[in-house]
Amino acid sequence: MSSRIGYIAFNTFREAVRDRVLYNLIAFALLLSATALLVGQVSIDIERLVVVNLGLTAVSLFGVLIAIFIGIGLVSKEIDKRTLYTVLSRPVRRWEFVVGKFFGLTGTLVVNTFFMAVGVFVALLSVAHRFEKMDVPVLAAVYFIVLQFFVVCALALLFSSFSTPLMAAVFTFALFVIGNLSQDLRGFAKTVPGVSGWLANAIAYLVPDFSALNVIGQAAHGDPIPGRLILFNTVYALLYSAVAISGAVLIFQRRNLK
Amino acid sequence: MTATRRVNLVAGTALLLSMAGAVFTLRAIDTARLAPGVQGALYIRSTTVLRRLSLGYTGLLADIYWTRAVQYFGTQHHVGSSDYRLLAPLLEVTTELDPRLLPAYQFGANFLGPRPPDGAGSPGAAVALMKYGIEHNPDQWRLYYNLGFLYYTELKDYAKAADAFAQGAKLPVTNKLLEVLAARMAQHAGEFDTARMLWFTTYQSNQDPLIRQNATEHLVALQVDEDVTRLEKTVEKYRQQTGHLPTSMGDLGRVGLIHGVPTDPKGNPYRLLPDGRIEVQDAKSIPFITKGLPIITKASDEAARPSSD
Amino acid sequence: MSAIEIIDLEKSYLVGFWRKRPKLALRPLRLTIEEGEVFGFLGPNGAGKTTTLKLLMGLVFPTGGTARILGMDMDDPRVKSQIGFLPEQPYFYDHLSARELLNYYGQLSGMPARSRSARVEEMLKRVGLSDAAGVELRKFSKGMLQRVGLAQAVLHDPKLVFLDEPMSGLDPMGRREVRDLIQQLRSEGKTVFFSTHILSDAEALCDRVGVIQNGELRGVGAVAELTSQSQGKIEIIFHAQKVPAGLTALGAEARVSGDMVNAVLPDAQQDAALDLLRREHIRLISLAPVRRSLEEYYLQKLQPAENRKGAVV
Repeated sequence: MSSRIGYIAFNTFREAVRDRVLYNLIAFALLLSATALLVGQVSIDIERLVVVNLGLTAVSLFGVLIAIFIGIGLVSKEIDKRTLYTVLSRPVRRWEFVVGKFFGLTGTLVVNTFFMAVGVFVALLSVAHRFEKMDVPVLAAVYFIVLQFFVVCALALLFSSFSTPLMAAVFTFALFVIGNLSQDLRGFAKTVPGVSGWLANAIAYLVPDFSALNVIGQAAHGDPIPGRLILFNTVYALLYSAVAISGAVLIFQRRNLK
Repeated sequence: MTATRRVNLVAGTALLLSMAGAVFTLRAIDTARLAPGVQGALYIRSTTVLRRLSLGYTGLLADIYWTRAVQYFGTQHHVGSSDYRLLAPLLEVTTELDPRLLPAYQFGANFLGPRPPDGAGSPGAAVALMKYGIEHNPDQWRLYYNLGFLYYTELKDYAKAADAFAQGAKLPVTNKLLEVLAARMAQHAGEFDTARMLWFTTYQSNQDPLIRQNATEHLVALQVDEDVTRLEKTVEKYRQQTGHLPTSMGDLGRVGLIHGVPTDPKGNPYRLLPDGRIEVQDAKSIPFITKGLPIITKASDEAARPSSD
Repeated sequence: MSAIEIIDLEKSYLVGFWRKRPKLALRPLRLTIEEGEVFGFLGPNGAGKTTTLKLLMGLVFPTGGTARILGMDMDDPRVKSQIGFLPEQPYFYDHLSARELLNYYGQLSGMPARSRSARVEEMLKRVGLSDAAGVELRKFSKGMLQRVGLAQAVLHDPKLVFLDEPMSGLDPMGRREVRDLIQQLRSEGKTVFFSTHILSDAEALCDRVGVIQNGELRGVGAVAELTSQSQGKIEIIFHAQKVPAGLTALGAEARVSGDMVNAVLPDAQQDAALDLLRREHIRLISLAPVRRSLEEYYLQKLQPAENRKGAVV
């Protein structure tokens, strides 16, 4: 059982790596990091600030785009184009397929993020000429971005399990945007009275909180990220991913493939 | 079928448990979080930059900043903090993005002025905010009211307060009370009734639960102040009548100066001290009172708090 | 033990804007396929052939009935390790090579690593793709994809093979190869269930056939039996420039092409016809009974339904 998941994950990784979309996006992200260097020249003191902010934001945004395109491309398309027929005619359980895809996707993104983060650190080094203690939070920020990707991949899979490739991409991206504003949403929901307030609160808590996983601002200023926050966010990201994947499994179990 | 059912069961359970866990963890994150989103928010202080970044959705951005301002205040207030330094900038950014967002002005009028921990302690910023609001919304009587209110409660400048009320009273759509308030500023500024009228107007003209609660607390405090003043005058009257101080509330009742046992709005009876002063039983539970406080803190309190005389 | 036992398997969809109207893609189907036989599932497009296959593969869930495959319940995951499937117009992972794909599928089928790569090479050779084994699948032609599809269907040496329109998109050479493959599978004792609308293939390969139309099974029969039925006629082919006079009198329908004549007459007249030809010194090329063709059986099974078409939901 577990070996099949591993095979599926590896195959997903292989497909992703050979897909040219990936290279374009990575190139773009690296380009942006380089641009950050130029922009930083404008004002002497905020060089470092701009490099970290712009660089990490690029890693985050492009990573999300990659997650969506590759995720949707690999899963929705697979279902759409009947590649899945021959896979499922083998002793592969449907849930193994979903889980395997998830690990393959996240594995791809971890590798991507690694390369893009290296780019950011290189840019940082060329600006500051050495690594300082205040650079450690940047690592934490990168880790948080990876956690974000886990959630995005899980969501991409969830939506792929029941809608067309285009709709799945749209839903995932929409949820990413909303998720970044979720803290404001929760504050807002608290002010709504009555039954609709209850509903608003429920929705506000169910939306994935991406802003919690965004500590780019702090990392830019070199503020240390407390260990508790790292722990809680790790747990949150994993739990939320589990929610989305469980949902994907449940839906996919009963789906009639056209 | 059992294999499928097993998978469904596991996945379903996993989904529910994870969801519960996620919500739970999120709440934990909220409390452990660093200054909720505000740091990042105010990193971009320039409104012009913000405007450009918002790609025209300034209204939405204003709403977001507004929600953040309320949250910020609420969080600080909840933990009993005295540091509200970000409230003024937050409200300023909000109103610069959307000058017609009235609730922001209302909030600023009520919570920028008072000293911490009841407010940000920046009456100057509050007045400036109201003036900015009036500039962009010259037909809103509430803003003139707020301005007059601020001059009255925080700055004790009754002339300017009267001015603001009068201007507001002249608007085509206004509250009748403004005219009355303008008139009262001249001679009856220090009276309980005037203050009560003000706080009552504030309560009536606002929907925000925080503002209303604040107004209610002030009205209760006014009642206590008034009660204590009245009772102390009664004690003095007794002393004049009998030549000595009453030993208990019952003494006052026996000579017909009071009826029954006088209680504060919380239901606790007022205490008569041997030296003739009246004391509130549980002063800490009633905010904003300036009279009837226990003597230990009374001296320092009188120095710190502006009295509503 | 039968290879496949289909018991009242049924599939209906809800169609229409509000998804309220039921449409029966497959009426309750009862069919048994024996081990070791080659069974052809015949029918026009949209008859329900692919639906049946998808139901058996677990790609689509039945709205009624069930099936047993190799003695196990159709939902039993153990079934999958003993069966192979070639879908219609297969599509595979764009960026893998044929070799990588087969290896991956071998992994999924639980083939042990050591024997796997050898078997993959063997399969590639068998379907004639050894040269193109390292090329990315997105560059493959339709025929090549079909061959990869066949390879992956029999890669793990399954007892039962399902093929959906295996000849589609192939040139005559390709079709010949597929035919050979199916016959080879048969000789290995495997069971083959394939759907097609090309009758000549079915006639050549199948032990039994079933005819399906509009989701309903119209008839099942052994090919040998169906085509052995004599029509009561014989066909004589002989050398001549024109039809001999006496032959028409015997009730023959004849056709001349070049220097050959093709005549069909009642078999009671066989001896009389032969005498006539001998007398005229006409050279005989062949004499054979006219058999009923599978095509006729097929059309016969379909025909009544044409009239009932309007009544079908």
